[in-house]
Amino acid sequence: MTLRAGLLCGALGLVLAGLMLGSLAIGYVAIPLPTLVRAAFGLADPATVTIVQQLRMPRMLLAVLIGAALGGAGAVLQGLLHNPLAEPQTLGITGAASLGAVIALYFGLVGIMPFWLPVCAMIGAGIATIILLAVARENGATLTLILVGIGIGGISIALTSLAMNLSPNPWAVSEIAMWLLGSVRDRTFDEVRLAAPFVGLGLAMLVATGPSLDILSLGEETARSLGLNITRTRVLAILGTSLAVGAGVAVSGSVGFVGLMMPHLVRPIVGQLPSRLVLPSIIGGGALVLAADIAVRLIAVGPELQLGVLTSLVGTPFFLYLVLHLRRQLR
Amino acid sequence: MTRLVLDRVAVPIGRETILRDIAFAADAGALIGLVGPNGAGKSTLARTVAGLLAPSAGHVLVDDRPLAHLSRREAARRIAYLAQGDTVHWPLAARSVVALGRAPHATGFGRASPGDAAAIDRALARTGTAALADRDVTRLSGGERARVLLARALAVEAPILVVDEPVGALDPHHGLNIMALLREEAARGTLVIAVLHDLALAMRFCDRLIVMGAGRIAADGRPAAVLSPDGLRRHYAVTGHHGAHEDEAFVLPWRSLAQKPGKSKE
Repeated sequence: MTLRAGLLCGALGLVLAGLMLGSLAIGYVAIPLPTLVRAAFGLADPATVTIVQQLRMPRMLLAVLIGAALGGAGAVLQGLLHNPLAEPQTLGITGAASLGAVIALYFGLVGIMPFWLPVCAMIGAGIATIILLAVARENGATLTLILVGIGIGGISIALTSLAMNLSPNPWAVSEIAMWLLGSVRDRTFDEVRLAAPFVGLGLAMLVATGPSLDILSLGEETARSLGLNITRTRVLAILGTSLAVGAGVAVSGSVGFVGLMMPHLVRPIVGQLPSRLVLPSIIGGGALVLAADIAVRLIAVGPELQLGVLTSLVGTPFFLYLVLHLRRQLR
Repeated sequence: MTRLVLDRVAVPIGRETILRDIAFAADAGALIGLVGPNGAGKSTLARTVAGLLAPSAGHVLVDDRPLAHLSRREAARRIAYLAQGDTVHWPLAARSVVALGRAPHATGFGRASPGDAAAIDRALARTGTAALADRDVTRLSGGERARVLLARALAVEAPILVVDEPVGALDPHHGLNIMALLREEAARGTLVIAVLHDLALAMRFCDRLIVMGAGRIAADGRPAAVLSPDGLRRHYAVTGHHGAHEDEAFVLPWRSLAQKPGKSKE
């Protein structure tokens, strides 16, 4: 890692730590900062500890987890597919993971064992990633891949709608609808325990692909001639994306465009080598989603804004800007 | 001294056998041209020598060891490969691109090995690209980019260098420049194998030409012998103008004949 990348990771880490504290501070009960820090480690009066640890901390941790997962997956997918527009949302991976989770909810698998929720979401994400990779090998053009992503996203939405349409229970429908908008509100440590191991494992795999992604920027054949085991790189990237994004989406619904934005935000600072983008995108992704989650709580407009709605409101114009900016290269 | 031997190699792509009965031996310090008409199997042979395609029969031997028995990285350290029309997918600095050529030497988790910086500087210096080191490769001219990509292949510092059509899309100035660089590399003791379409360049710069025809070796020998009037007619179905300039023999393909390349008229 270069000095600049190290400094950036350090700075982003500090921002993230600040945001984590800020996130714990927000709520009905005002808690002074020193008490807050002590309560976070269980060293305050029981009521305050319960508020901070049981009510506020799961929300904070889940926002960081999903952000880190999306940021890391975005950086790795962009490097792997040589595509500046690649990320879980635009490629339909988030949608496929949502579909997996909806299937788990719809068929009552979650009632049997909560474990099925992240597993089905990860399977959905995995299938989408494998389809994308197969297409990318046939035709690596940036636009083709985005179009296939739109297709995968479309099928996922259609099937999710079908499930909601056929559902006999109107409450379940509104549950699913709200969940699809993406939020980390009212979560417990159960969700954290469900998602964290998979997200952690997935992130480790994504980080491990870094050096190989640099070599892959020379093209597949040249990368092979330099001794790179491309199959291993692909498997790591697919599994890493599926685990991290699948588990993240399973507990927070679809939060879009974080994976698209983060790598582009850190490129001006650390340069274009794909490996240097992964770690800053993970830390920055966590900070970005946490900041967005703090924002939805501070913006007072009737019912609380859903997290996924806010990231889409910011992310979609960013996507359009990128498309216009990259127009020449995309042809 | 590195020695490359192909022992009755056959290579399939999918179900079709593209190359059959390929046998030749080559030693360090030579520039060998792979020539022949379109579709004769030149690039397939280059990729086989580079270890990117696996033979279905026979062996590719590097220093008497079958290439298939070497690990990926061992093979990558012995044979450098420059693909046809190679591109770089991100706007990286030229030096970063050349540095990727050191990948086969990396120790452990993608960490640089001690000799890397020196090898990168040497590759930049030899290709005259030191001044371009900080420039974005995607914004270089075609000729400049070709030199940077050659520097990437040279940075591997492998005893064998395989290049597929290194001068295909270049103007005469840059084409001659690249051929002179390959010549120098051979003089330094590297075994250079280059797929070439330009017979005038092949005749002038190569020590030896291997002519491919329909997936087999149709001729193998000194350029002047292989590209004789008779050879041109048989392998390429063209007539040629043979001459000499500044004490170097040259050939200029002149007219296509009413027969298909690779068929002898007897």
